[in-house]
Amino acid sequence: MNLNATIIGQSIAFAFFVWFCMKFVWPPIVAILEERAKKISDGLQAAERAEKDLELAQEKSTEQMKEAKQEAASIIESANKRAAQIVDEAKEQAREEGQRIIAGANAEIEQEINRAKQQLREQVAALAVAGAEKILEKSVDQAANEEMLSKLANEL
Amino acid sequence: MAAADGAEQTATEYVSHHLTNLTFGKIDGHWGFAHSPEEAAEMGFWAINVDSMLMSVLLGALFVGLSRFVISRMTVDAPKAASWQSILEVTVEMVQDSVKSSFHARNNLIGPLALTIFCWIFLMNSMDLVPVDWIPLLAQTAMGDSHAYFRAVPTTDLNITLGFAVSVFFLIIFYSIKIKGLGGFLGEFAFHPFGKYAVPLNLLLELPGFLAKPVSLALRLYGNFFAGETIFLVIALLGYWQLPLHFPWAVFHILIVTLQAYLFMMLTIVYLDQAHTDH
Repeated sequence: MNLNATIIGQSIAFAFFVWFCMKFVWPPIVAILEERAKKISDGLQAAERAEKDLELAQEKSTEQMKEAKQEAASIIESANKRAAQIVDEAKEQAREEGQRIIAGANAEIEQEINRAKQQLREQVAALAVAGAEKILEKSVDQAANEEMLSKLANEL
Repeated sequence: MAAADGAEQTATEYVSHHLTNLTFGKIDGHWGFAHSPEEAAEMGFWAINVDSMLMSVLLGALFVGLSRFVISRMTVDAPKAASWQSILEVTVEMVQDSVKSSFHARNNLIGPLALTIFCWIFLMNSMDLVPVDWIPLLAQTAMGDSHAYFRAVPTTDLNITLGFAVSVFFLIIFYSIKIKGLGGFLGEFAFHPFGKYAVPLNLLLELPGFLAKPVSLALRLYGNFFAGETIFLVIALLGYWQLPLHFPWAVFHILIVTLQAYLFMMLTIVYLDQAHTDH
């Protein structure tokens, strides 16, 4: 084993390869490693952001759902109220209509009764006159009797 | 065994043949390959281990080439990424994590430096998982010399590990002076730990520790793989018995290969962190 100029040769080769590595090997590899690291961290950030967005959207949707439910409930309530009102109104109308009809019927009945009374009176008068004629057996002045009888009928 | 000549090779010869570098240098006034370890030693410092350098540069080129190939078809979409891309990304992230946990200053060199050290040493180390005769046989066939030395695992060559360690050492000195100034850098040796009245004692305590950094870096890696490779060679001598023995040793070495590459990287980061901070 003897030391010789191989040391110098090896040192020169070493310097060359280190220079080559520093110039053409190290930078591209480090660059690609950094690029990948950046890409991954970007992806993670995006995922985090998306998660936050999702959470926000979920919150919003539950809020809207709640609002919608409330609105629906209030609509149903007012509809129910309105329906009750309509029913009440209809009942009222029907009652009024009924009363009106009853009043009309009553009035007609009254009229009918009056007419019947009148007729009855006239017939009673005629009957009385006929009775009186029979009693008197004598014909009386027709015209004077008529007048007297209608007066009598009106007094009845 | 690699030696194809008629003469029977002894076990010692086999092992030492595999652990001898193919050295190119000047001997007896002309340039050529050394034919024995003695000739290689005679060449002195101005010789070069062709096998280690060749494997080292080839594996370094494999690292950057494969990386560039993977980068050229890289995609941000993780599920669509090829498994090669995942391997590269995992490695880079491991290196980034190590740098982040141990290196507290800012320096764009540290990441690529650590990545290169880890991947390159990992590839060099993993050459010892290739059966010990394959790569030498390939080299011998290519050279047309069945006796040629060829050491397939560059990290079993102290020159290679020292090449790394010395480079790191110079980086430590460079950044220490750049960050703390020459005075601050030298002051760390002179005025710690006993204040300015005990400068010689301080130097005696601090300098060996500082100088030990590159030596320990280089020797740790070299020692692990020299020993590991020697055991692989001894196992290869056992005939059919090498099959059940090679497997557990290779499995164990998968751990050693990764661990030593990681250790070298980690220590480099830590040393450079010390160079960037006052302590």
